[in-house]
Amino acid sequence: MLDDFMIRATLAGFGVAIAAAPLGCFVVWRRMAYFGDATAHAAILGVALSLALSTSVFAGALAVALAMALTVSTLSGRGFAMDTLLGVLAHSALAFGLVSVSFLQGIRLDLDAYLFGDILAVNKSDLAVIWSGAALVLLLTLWRWSPLLTATLNPDLAHASGIDPKREQLVLTLGLAIVVAVAIKIVGALLIVALLIIPAAAARPLARTPEQMAFSAAVIGAAAAVGGLRLSFLFDTPSGPTIVCTASVLFAITAVSSRFIPR
Amino acid sequence: MQSPMRLVTLENLTVRLGGHTALSEVDFHIDKGEIVTVVGPNGSGKTTLLKAIIGAVKPRSGTLKHADGLRIGYVPQRLAIDTTLPLTVRRFLCLPHRHAEPTLQEALKNAGADGLIERQMTALSGGQFQRVLLARAILEKPDLLILDEPTTGLDQPGSAALYRQIEKVRRDLGSAVLMVSHELHVVMSASDRVICLNGHVCCHGAPEIVADAPEYRALFGSGTQGALALYRHDHDHHHHGHPAHSHEHGDCDHA
Repeated sequence: MLDDFMIRATLAGFGVAIAAAPLGCFVVWRRMAYFGDATAHAAILGVALSLALSTSVFAGALAVALAMALTVSTLSGRGFAMDTLLGVLAHSALAFGLVSVSFLQGIRLDLDAYLFGDILAVNKSDLAVIWSGAALVLLLTLWRWSPLLTATLNPDLAHASGIDPKREQLVLTLGLAIVVAVAIKIVGALLIVALLIIPAAAARPLARTPEQMAFSAAVIGAAAAVGGLRLSFLFDTPSGPTIVCTASVLFAITAVSSRFIPR
Repeated sequence: MQSPMRLVTLENLTVRLGGHTALSEVDFHIDKGEIVTVVGPNGSGKTTLLKAIIGAVKPRSGTLKHADGLRIGYVPQRLAIDTTLPLTVRRFLCLPHRHAEPTLQEALKNAGADGLIERQMTALSGGQFQRVLLARAILEKPDLLILDEPTTGLDQPGSAALYRQIEKVRRDLGSAVLMVSHELHVVMSASDRVICLNGHVCCHGAPEIVADAPEYRALFGSGTQGALALYRHDHDHHHHGHPAHSHEHGDCDHA
């Protein structure tokens, strides 16, 4: 069964969509979209480094994404406006990544594959990495769900309940770095954040509780992955961007329909 | 007379925030069942004091002691819930720990927020929102209820109603109450002790002692005189026959 590239691609998309959904909800609630971008763009630098050092791309992307996420977490609240800081870091990470790639001699690197993803080229071992990463992120988010939610609501309320918001932030940071590292193959560094945010945003009008939103986001994300792959196959369009397009159409549908359904 | 149980004790507490000293060498304590109010101008460290007590800001020096197993109910000054976060009152009350339905209903009833349990948090009015915050704070029957300007954004009748509710909650649960308030007449008539803060403890003691202290007058000036006069009338009325009590605890010094 896994010998069919479409089935491998579908399973890969499924895995990332389901892991990204609850995490994406936190990215939306905490207004961390730019934070996600910085992490994802840094992954390109990770890819370049891992090729230069001949290590696995996943490990390189994970390491640099994590380093970036930790840097941003540490620098936040130290006198820089967050959006300025993230704007500087996100774009410089991408630029440094692209420049480093040009230094790689003798290695032919398909940059497009890392910027926009190449889901159709997912092989069995990629699939194993993607599903392990996705399962890890999902378990992490479920395990910390309640403290994370409390810390998201208000750091002081969290403190009063004996929860350390910094620690919860670290959990999110770690989850985000893992999702970036596994998703870079699916939608690429430039569109990872779309996979986090769009399903969550599309789920918002359907939900009355955080749990409903996370669950709906997973369903919408998975539907976008399957539908997007199908469409890209039918119309011969690039798979990653087609998945994101499908997700945004779903977003438009829930956003518009919520205006006509009284709640 | 049994010696009162200390819930929280601060000794010589100094807190620095972003390069400036927010609190300097603060001594403070609150006992079981007491109502203590913190007053002071903007930026005087009132919120910082409360945050230090709940552990949200780390002191640079000094000690902070909680009684063993102390349960704190906290109502923050501002709670902005992002509209992207769907949250019913029921779900909000169950953060971070789930509670049985009767517990939720009882807390809402005690906080004067009956019938709101299915509502979205973002759809509540200001007064309803504050009551739900109060309900969450009293869910676990706290020994100490900490309220940071609980009536922010409420109109006069709304804030009077909320203060009555807090007073009722305190009677029902027997919790001590520590709050920051700008409404001096309320503070003065309802508190056992008042702490006047301006980076350091300017003066503290029974309300009438603090109101007469020159440090307090220097901070609040003549603008509050009318309000104080109003309260005094009230206060004599309510606390008639206990003049010795306040003098016992009265203590004003310039730190």
